Amino acid sequence: MEKLRSKVAKKEAIEGFLFISPWLIGFCAFVAGPMIASLYLSFTKWELLDRPVWVGFQNFITMFFEDPLFWKSLYNTIYYTFLGVPLGIIAALSLALLLNQDIKGLSLYRTLYYLPAVTSGVATAILWVWIFNPNIGLLNYFLSLLHIQGPRWLGDPGWAKFSLVIMSLWGAGGGMIIYLAGLKNIPIHLYEAAKIDGASSWQIFWNITIPQLTPTIFFNLIMGLIGAFQTFMNAYVMTQGGPVNSTLFYVLYLYNNAFQYYHMGYASSMAWFLFIIVILVTLLQFRLARRWVYYETQR
Amino acid sequence: MRHKDSRFAKIRTLKIITYIIVTLGAFISIIPFLWMLSTSLKTPSEVLLFPPKWIPSRPMFSNYREIFNFLPFFTFIKNSVIVTFASMVGQIISSSLVAFGFGRMRFPGRDALFMVMLSTLMLPYAVTMIPVYVIFRSLGWLNTFKPLIVPAFLGNPFFIFLLRQFIMSIPIELDEAAKIDGCSSFRIFYQIIIPLCKPALTAVVVFSFVGSWNDFLAPLIYLSDIEKYTISVGLRMFQGQYGTYFHLLMAASTVALLPVLILFFFAQRYFIEGITLTGLKG
Repeated sequence: MEKLRSKVAKKEAIEGFLFISPWLIGFCAFVAGPMIASLYLSFTKWELLDRPVWVGFQNFITMFFEDPLFWKSLYNTIYYTFLGVPLGIIAALSLALLLNQDIKGLSLYRTLYYLPAVTSGVATAILWVWIFNPNIGLLNYFLSLLHIQGPRWLGDPGWAKFSLVIMSLWGAGGGMIIYLAGLKNIPIHLYEAAKIDGASSWQIFWNITIPQLTPTIFFNLIMGLIGAFQTFMNAYVMTQGGPVNSTLFYVLYLYNNAFQYYHMGYASSMAWFLFIIVILVTLLQFRLARRWVYYETQR
Repeated sequence: MRHKDSRFAKIRTLKIITYIIVTLGAFISIIPFLWMLSTSLKTPSEVLLFPPKWIPSRPMFSNYREIFNFLPFFTFIKNSVIVTFASMVGQIISSSLVAFGFGRMRFPGRDALFMVMLSTLMLPYAVTMIPVYVIFRSLGWLNTFKPLIVPAFLGNPFFIFLLRQFIMSIPIELDEAAKIDGCSSFRIFYQIIIPLCKPALTAVVVFSFVGSWNDFLAPLIYLSDIEKYTISVGLRMFQGQYGTYFHLLMAASTVALLPVLILFFFAQRYFIEGITLTGLKG
């Protein structure tokens, strides 16, 4: 009997591995293997056509001490991330809270808000170049109606990054959907209990809604940070990193190094440095989360 | 009584303010699209008018014909359709198989491997981009659709997660009854689980479609001949060459967005259900 059971378990294990084998193969061939390869390449000088030459930490030394564009691109990315992610969370959360009251036509609003998040691509990037046009674009037209002389947006090094943040806020509807789902999942008995105890709507908001929503906020924060650190397409299409490198984001500069200048070794060093930053920021967030994210099981 | 009246008035005012804000927000969401459509139907001189006119005096549908003269847009669309549908088929088959493995089968290291898979969602693509390029280059796959399609047959962690969450919510008694009747795992998978997974699979279909259609980086890296371009890189090239012809650029952008817009309006329920499914139980 025992033998039979172990035989069944063994068969199930083999079948289990067969079922997950597509991912397992993909993981080894396109994730784990390449990760190790790029770690190796980050210590080499390699122009793609010749053989990689081991240079030790030379790429990292160049990055940190001899390449002002590396620092510029890192600064641009941090600016974009630390401005865009919190603003995006605030916008998405506010929209979700507004729509969570009994609003008539909720599904229509939800559709309209979500639309920009679905359509993100080269087409919308080009559309926003046109909207940001300083002379005849839509945005400065609306500002002129308010008697405001709009800036040159993408054409002004002081405004270009912020313009891309504005564009990213247009896509806040994607996060809103997640918050709406989170709001619907808050147990109704919590609200009822608070009402019986005579809590005001403000108290209910701060002591029930927000704490119950913190896991969702945390999820969006982590995914938002990781996404913003890797922003590439909009800058590539809309500004090519300009004007005066003000939108040269980290991954854009990395891409240029790899596929414009064929500095494959240097680009790999940049990639691993980015990876380390992403890991550190994520770990830091998980640590900070203990202070503000509320999990049911902690009680 | 009076007190109650003023409270109702206050609630009603708040409600009106809420409606004003959400309606304003909805306008902000769609006005760029209307502006795109409006520009795409204008004459070049009308585009330059300031303040702009929302309704073109005579809609220039010929702009849409014209973009096909500048660049092989039909080829771009055809290429995008091929890549998108092939990836979609690959992602559906592979992701549902893997999701069933993670959600229903018992094998050593399953939960650890699942965690590994989830953590790859956080891995910056830049880390693997160069070696993966080198692999495809050494296979002689540069300037073909293979680098865009073949990886799709090896599962997509996001879709696997989505489907696995859904499979876990299906009562296991169904499997067990089938197992007693002598059903193989594979038959349970495609005769019991797959039909019940339809809502989640539809979400995967729409996400996969939009993901491949909008994908930019992979076609940019791997395709070099214009005849191989997908719509996103083709559009980018069009912008590079005719960047000031906004009426044509907007017509081309409208064409590129149209499939996604149509899909979204017909299947928006599944987008929202899919997001809801993955966004929560993380």
